[in-house]
Amino acid sequence: MKKTLATVLTVLSLSTVLLLHPARAISEDKPAAPEVKIDNFTFGPMELTVPVNSTVTWVNKDDIPHTVVATDGAFKSRALDTDQKFSFKFEKAGTYTYYCSVHPKMLGKIVVQ
Amino acid sequence: MEAKSIILPGTTGLIENDPNHDGVDRRGFLKCMAWAGTGAFCLMAGGVMKSFALGPQPAKTHHAGELSFVQISDSHMGFNKAANPDVAATLKAAVDKINALPHPPEFILHTGDISHLSNPEEFDNVDQILKATGKQVFFVPGEHDVLNDNGASYRQRYAKDAKGDGWYSFDAKGVHFIGLVNVLNLKAGGLGSLGDEQLEWLEDDVRHLKASTPIVVFAHIPLWTIYPQWGWGTDDSARALSYLKRFGSVSVLNGHIHQIMQKVEGNVTFHTAYSTAFPQPAPGTADGPGPMKVPAEQLRSVLGVSDVNFVRKHHSLAVTDSTLA
Repeated sequence: MKKTLATVLTVLSLSTVLLLHPARAISEDKPAAPEVKIDNFTFGPMELTVPVNSTVTWVNKDDIPHTVVATDGAFKSRALDTDQKFSFKFEKAGTYTYYCSVHPKMLGKIVVQ
Repeated sequence: MEAKSIILPGTTGLIENDPNHDGVDRRGFLKCMAWAGTGAFCLMAGGVMKSFALGPQPAKTHHAGELSFVQISDSHMGFNKAANPDVAATLKAAVDKINALPHPPEFILHTGDISHLSNPEEFDNVDQILKATGKQVFFVPGEHDVLNDNGASYRQRYAKDAKGDGWYSFDAKGVHFIGLVNVLNLKAGGLGSLGDEQLEWLEDDVRHLKASTPIVVFAHIPLWTIYPQWGWGTDDSARALSYLKRFGSVSVLNGHIHQIMQKVEGNVTFHTAYSTAFPQPAPGTADGPGPMKVPAEQLRSVLGVSDVNFVRKHHSLAVTDSTLA
């Protein structure tokens, strides 16, 4: 009985925290900013699923410049030298395929849902 | 320095017979490949390659041709990572090598990746270093030279009078040279690309030539499929080569893969040059085609220049690959 009460109290106090600080509670649940690493002429992960309005960041870890170009033209980076980044905010749901226009064998996909 | 031979799967059967009865067979081809890293003399005659190792004094054994020129490639000015922190120094070493040739070349072909990031100061630096050769340099762009503006600044600097994206042809001592651009408008999932406009120009460019005219084609990405997994090939190269079928002697000179490779197919000889900046791994021997780090003292033995001689009498083209070591 005591244990149940304690559980109820804990749930209540957590609910209060959630009610009083909803933003904070949500941010704590949010995963790290989605990132795609460009390494060894490969986009990693090759396929990434993110919620609508996510900003995806690509970072080039190669000694060779790469680009991030959507096949439908939705986004296009400049050439990224080593450690340079490119970000794009996906405001619409859908599947975005992209490639490196310098090394077109490099392919990737972002699924926005 | 150890000679390094690079032999592609599927290419070892290229010279299996001896139609000219001149004693050259597949073994000779392999020997040539094995020597190429240290400076070999490879003579192509009627599609058959002869090999001679260069003696200690190349000048005495060299078959000087009617037309001599040099191919350099992949300077990557601006690259400063571990694989070569000083690409200006190795380009200067290549210039020294050229200036020391026993028979001065008429001109130089640069088969692209002049710069690493298409920056004006990188191009300036290369131009300044190459000036020391005192020779005219004919360029074609690599993908690193056309990074952010679809090649506009490259064309402004190197190909003002060229057609389309920067392709052109010229004649030297009866040899027809064709510089092609296969690094622009690349399609997702594809290889190098020449495109319809350029291919139509090529067909027209060679139409008036006699079949006996020797042809030299130079472009950055190989015009033969070396390793598609790494993008080492050109999607529509077969169409380009179909326009050159009727010619008795076609030589194709490429860069991009930072290592020497050769292949003979009928009357077409394919050759890729060393980089002057850094080596790349042999196809499939690494996870990717990125710059290959070798011990500093070995670097210059995997960089180099190609000295090309054309001997009309023998209807042949001789390519000598020498390292910077």
